[in-house]
Amino acid sequence: MAHTDVVVTGLGATTPLGGDVASTWDAMLNGQSGVSALTPDWAEQLPVRIAAQLAVEPAELLDRVKLRRLDRSEAIAIIAANQAWADAGLADSGLDPERLGVSVGSGIGGALTLLSQDDILEASGPRRVSPHTIPMLMPNGPAAWVGLELGARAGVHSVASACATGAEAITLGMDMIRAGRADVVLAGGTEAVIHQLPIAGFSSMRAMSTRNDEPEKASRPWDKARDGFVLGEGAGAIVLERADHAAARGARVYARLAGAGITSDGYDIVQPHPEGIGAVRAIAKAIADADIDRNDIMHVNAHATSTPVGDMAEIKALRQALGDHPVLTATKSMSGHLLGAAGALESIATILAIRDGVVPPTINLDDPDDGLDLDVAANKARHLEIPAALNNSFGFGGHNVALVFTRA
Amino acid sequence: MTRDEITTGLAEILEEVAGVTPDDVAEGKSFTDDLDVDSLSMVEVVVAAEEKFGVKIPDNEVQNLKTVGDAVSYIEAQS
Repeated sequence: MAHTDVVVTGLGATTPLGGDVASTWDAMLNGQSGVSALTPDWAEQLPVRIAAQLAVEPAELLDRVKLRRLDRSEAIAIIAANQAWADAGLADSGLDPERLGVSVGSGIGGALTLLSQDDILEASGPRRVSPHTIPMLMPNGPAAWVGLELGARAGVHSVASACATGAEAITLGMDMIRAGRADVVLAGGTEAVIHQLPIAGFSSMRAMSTRNDEPEKASRPWDKARDGFVLGEGAGAIVLERADHAAARGARVYARLAGAGITSDGYDIVQPHPEGIGAVRAIAKAIADADIDRNDIMHVNAHATSTPVGDMAEIKALRQALGDHPVLTATKSMSGHLLGAAGALESIATILAIRDGVVPPTINLDDPDDGLDLDVAANKARHLEIPAALNNSFGFGGHNVALVFTRA
Repeated sequence: MTRDEITTGLAEILEEVAGVTPDDVAEGKSFTDDLDVDSLSMVEVVVAAEEKFGVKIPDNEVQNLKTVGDAVSYIEAQS
């Protein structure tokens, strides 16, 4: 079935690698790590004392009074969205607000606000709890703030599917345009939960790297010495637009969002299916939705988070779904794992890989796992013509999302 | 505390909470119409004023505090 063509006309991000898309992409191509030691006092008692923290603090980009009303995840969602909006040339474009939608999710939501206001409640009593608490911690807060910022009136949606959130939010944005509900959708993900409680929680699951002495080497997807993911914070936003709408206004087009596939494992709350069946099905659906041949997919930005089990399960799934021709990378080796923003940031990396004809490196891949029988751009960026590329995202809860982008 | 001192104290709170320029704060100014303080920020202003001036401002009084002068009079009477 032929779908309405959806293209990408704007990108925005604030990440551990840079305060915008250009600096983030530059750092990725140069193989830089955004991981560093956690210096707050609370980190001392934790088994994990490293994280991928924002390169540029929101306070450098947003007004102080406005920031008082925003959870950190909301502030960075606004920053990324405004960048994408400006990048798309949509400011003052006369776009009908009733044709503009928003689909922005977060994996965990306003946890920093919840925790800091609970501290205030315990120390000073209920009257001292901020009246901004609820809009700061509600899970739809980032989407709502972005919608408010842009004046979007076609519907504002907040997806939550853990680490697949960003990719699922982009899928929903595409679906809104295909269904005729909007001409333009600002889609993406945001996450800011670098705090002792989320770290302790993930750490109790034994999901995180404890390579505290070598922060920059801690995130090492597919390497034999990998020992878990590194928590990152950041936001990514992309402007999705109906292709003929973009063409009519002469917009610059980065790539097409050709298709998406979503499946659920129905297997376990946190463990992926050992055979990666859900992932294989998601990839196959995305390829079918994009109506392309799997051999056209020359590059994969993998979910690969640097956990012992997950990384290799994805390799099996990719081999089964695509074969052995694509060049893989895991940009989480540099950015850390941005949870609900991961799918958005990695979509941006996938789109720019297509545009520039270059696969960003997977750093710290010094001693590849024995099961790694696919081609990875290890430690160095690699030039490659990419007609089509895949971005995978998987989340706790058994969510699998695969996105296919093609050259504009 | 003089009325001027209370006004200056309120101006500090309004700047911190709502970004109001201190020079704009005067007894005749309405919180909502002139100083653009919305209802949630007003809650913050009240709580901060209670702390700063050592007074209690019950919720049913807050609706009567339309202008900076109203708040100054209330605080002056309580302190």
